[in-house]
Amino acid sequence: MIGAMNGALRRVPVWAVYLAGLLPLAWIIWLTLAGGIGVDPVKAIEHRLGRVALWFLIGGLAVSPLRRLAGLNLLRFRRAVGLTAFLYVCLHALAWIWFDMGLLWAQAAADLVKRPYLLFGMVALALMVPLAVTSNNASVRRLGPAWRRLHWLTYPAVALGVVHYLWQMKVISTEGWLWAAALAGLLVLRLPGLARLRLV
Amino acid sequence: MSKTKSPSWADVTPRADFLRRRSLIAGAGAALAFGAGPARAGLSAVPSAYSTDAKPNTLEEITSYNNFYEFGWDKGDPAKYAGALTTDPWSVEIGGLVGRPGRYDLADVLKTAPLEERIYRFRCVEAWSMVIPWIGFPLAALLARVEPQPGAKYVAFETLLRPEEMPGQRAGGIDWPYVEGLRLDEAMHPLTILASGLYGEELPRQNGAPLRLVVPWKYGFKSIKSIVKITLTAEEPRTTWKALQPREYGFYANVNPEVDHPRWSQASERRIGAGLLAGREPTLMFNGYADEVAGLYAGLDLRKNY
Repeated sequence: MIGAMNGALRRVPVWAVYLAGLLPLAWIIWLTLAGGIGVDPVKAIEHRLGRVALWFLIGGLAVSPLRRLAGLNLLRFRRAVGLTAFLYVCLHALAWIWFDMGLLWAQAAADLVKRPYLLFGMVALALMVPLAVTSNNASVRRLGPAWRRLHWLTYPAVALGVVHYLWQMKVISTEGWLWAAALAGLLVLRLPGLARLRLV
Repeated sequence: MSKTKSPSWADVTPRADFLRRRSLIAGAGAALAFGAGPARAGLSAVPSAYSTDAKPNTLEEITSYNNFYEFGWDKGDPAKYAGALTTDPWSVEIGGLVGRPGRYDLADVLKTAPLEERIYRFRCVEAWSMVIPWIGFPLAALLARVEPQPGAKYVAFETLLRPEEMPGQRAGGIDWPYVEGLRLDEAMHPLTILASGLYGEELPRQNGAPLRLVVPWKYGFKSIKSIVKITLTAEEPRTTWKALQPREYGFYANVNPEVDHPRWSQASERRIGAGLLAGREPTLMFNGYADEVAGLYAGLDLRKNY
């Protein structure tokens, strides 16, 4: 079963994953233009972009445990997943400063300093910049072992993103707790004691 | 009152036309030639000098973007799930420090005073705003009817508790039922109304049918919905959001651009319906009702009493 899936996955070109990653964006644009985004397009666009970013961030963290625990090999697509996540994080931040804050830079900056959840989101974005910039074969070759150390930043970046998501809620919803649980689970699987755990 | 003339309904899409907008477009000629809209069983209400002349939001905006956590966390949930709410029969239990306590039938409550249309600005604590054409009457008239006793200093309100019809009440997070409160002088202020209608018709369920409070100079969460109980008290009553997050939500919750929410600025707001690129507009002290209500808070430190 897993073997057949891995066989099928080997025939999926990576560009197809990049393309699939653009589907949620196309959907958001379609909804906006067709008037189906709701009566508050600003928040709807901002929140949808953020949530899609979360899918890809958590999805990226799931790649190596899936391979280790279930034998499912998605490693070839991990860069596409990560870069897609970064795209949505950037669009999410852009929607915030442009549509939501109306480019009121001073108020946005003041908000950023005073409100930890915004700061967490921004720090997460900042941490992802070097990761995105070095997500290419040339950087992997040039940086050598330092590349792995640098990309360890994925963990704090995703964790800050999830905290940012939970903290902006008035009361944390079930969906919020599920994302928190997913993150916690994926991080726990990387603890030294569990890092050798195998299911198959 | 410095408000200019009452805006006319000619400024907004009539509800009947809004509801049959598709057939208006699709049916074109014939329908337009002969179709005088269906007779509307609307609420009759007299205009009020307290109405703003700002353009009201559309009925669609007002009825599809709601915080009514009894029906779910998402702003679309109330429109989706509130249809199941039984609003007839309905009564309001009025008690505490009053001379005439009792269970008042809704029809009886609504006979308290002539219904008025009050087009009010509405500012949510989440920093978005709308303009809403409520139909209602001053809360003061109902309170006068039940004869507050001299010791009464506050008014406590309670929303219906009916988990079988309110799915949000089956979930955790909030200690149901939702409760709110006002100081008696705030409750007696002529701007404070009990609303039973919207856009000339009965209040839609997602907006707090059949009877809700509207206090236009306070953040929206003070304007409690689907009220079943009103109690006059000597002490400040417990209020849901203050009990949940006392650092973030206070008893007063007056709209105040100078006192930020701990997690966001209250200096500006987004008007729903203004469009994707409309940006923000400055929030006004007491939501623009400072001339009428600032006197209620003379000498009160609004930073401490947020």
